[in-house]
Amino acid sequence: MSGEPKHTRSPRLLGLYALAVFAFLYLPIVVLVVYSFNRDGVGGFPPRHFTWNWYQQLFGDSAIWDSVANSLMVAAGAVVLSLTLGLLAALALDRATFPGKSIFRRLVLLPLILPGIITGLSLLMFAVYEGLQLSLLTVFLGHGTALISVATTELFAGLQKMDRSQEEASLDLGATPWQSFWRVTLPNLKLSLIAAGLLIFTLSMDEIAVTFFLIGRDNTLPLEIWARLRRGITPEINAVSTLIFGVSVILILIWYQIRARSMGKEAQELLERP
Amino acid sequence: MYSRAYKTIVSLPPLVWIGMFLLLPYALMFAHSFWLVRNGMIVHHWGLRNYATLFQNPLYAEVLFRTMRIAAGVTLLSLLLGYPLAYYMSFHAGARKDLLYQLVIVPLWVSYLVRGYAWKTILGSDGVLNGFLQYIHITKEPVSFFLYSPFAVILMLTHIYTPFVFLPLYASLEHIPRNLVEASHDLGAGWRATFLRVILPLSLPGLLAGATFAFVLTLGDFLAPLLVGGPSSIMIANIVQSLFGTAYDWPLGASISVCILLLTISLLFLTEQLEKKWAYQ
Repeated sequence: MSGEPKHTRSPRLLGLYALAVFAFLYLPIVVLVVYSFNRDGVGGFPPRHFTWNWYQQLFGDSAIWDSVANSLMVAAGAVVLSLTLGLLAALALDRATFPGKSIFRRLVLLPLILPGIITGLSLLMFAVYEGLQLSLLTVFLGHGTALISVATTELFAGLQKMDRSQEEASLDLGATPWQSFWRVTLPNLKLSLIAAGLLIFTLSMDEIAVTFFLIGRDNTLPLEIWARLRRGITPEINAVSTLIFGVSVILILIWYQIRARSMGKEAQELLERP
Repeated sequence: MYSRAYKTIVSLPPLVWIGMFLLLPYALMFAHSFWLVRNGMIVHHWGLRNYATLFQNPLYAEVLFRTMRIAAGVTLLSLLLGYPLAYYMSFHAGARKDLLYQLVIVPLWVSYLVRGYAWKTILGSDGVLNGFLQYIHITKEPVSFFLYSPFAVILMLTHIYTPFVFLPLYASLEHIPRNLVEASHDLGAGWRATFLRVILPLSLPGLLAGATFAFVLTLGDFLAPLLVGGPSSIMIANIVQSLFGTAYDWPLGASISVCILLLTISLLFLTEQLEKKWAYQ
């Protein structure tokens, strides 16, 4: 017996309860997927006539695909920007000392813990103050900056786990810090970088609260869906949501596998404390 | 072992960037909260008039309290769902642990909007729930109060934050040394006593972290009321959003944002202290 609390009849009850919680978590998603194939629309019960129509309509909907392209551009830019600055920030937190370091650490993490509306509005005021036109560029700046928090956390954890002796050896053997960085530090962080990149990509593709205030004329995918929801709902939105769900699940499972490999279980659990 | 140049090169760019694109915007938010709008223009007259308005007009306090009630509801429900799940998985799931864990992670990262939209289609007056209730002859007419109520907001946000609450709870349960649990049994405690006197106290830091997360995130949410809430569940962030939109009073909106920000940060600071105090060493 490996320390399981002894119960008389509660494990089964508890198991049922856990099952109910899983049902609660997944039921809305199942409903969403099922009704994306329902000829008669998003409501009603039971769903009756199977159809691919909503998907066909979706594939012919150029506004949606334009917004997908916009989202992809923003997300790709945000990944590059936040990984670059996040890597530097993680290195700085790990290795450098400078005045205000602990304030800096907290400041970087703020977008992660503050409600999106606060970060979004602050950046809006900044954009207006600087005379920037609201566009995908401001959205990219917002995502890239806010997600430095995620990159820094993930990469800092990767650095903490890294074996220092390799870097020391490379420096002792005459490598310049530059060579040591490219040939030892970066390859060691490869998995952490990929995992963080995937996570940032997913978060940026889904972001609404910050984007809401920084968007110009061109919509990202979530904002395009948002705008349509105001006009009334059709199963076409179920169809696009189903696709988003499918892609997210794939990205998340890849992310989970990579991260499980890139760090020990313990470090992972520590990280998952918000 | 790292040279001065190395340290400067890695520190300077993120410091400058964060200063420019994060610190400056947050500072601008603070500055705006002391300014005023006159004739549709923001004028840089420094003063506390916005904060005075917030305290004098009971509307703001009312909405803030409603928001806190909703946030408390979401937190409580998420804990009620998340704790037993985490407990079951940590102590009873056996070999299925990893699979179940991934099953919780998946909804965590699935689009907020997708999940909110799903609830909208379920709760609407010609939605799936109403269709189902009529199908099994519980109701004859569509029931309209599911959607556009504080209840819908609480339900949707509970759905979104339960996995968030679960993660730290599960982590803290997993860190409880199993021999403590065994010792408690060996010394004759039943499962109830073991839970209340060993497991629950040791999981408090995780519980607190999860609860804070759900509460704080709900506090600043403005999308759920727009999506499923309707006028009766306007939350504080909706007021901010309308002040930055049609109502056009950025300074007043900024002053509410500053209040939300300070409330959030003090809550996080407080719970961080408590977590440290309760941490199991």
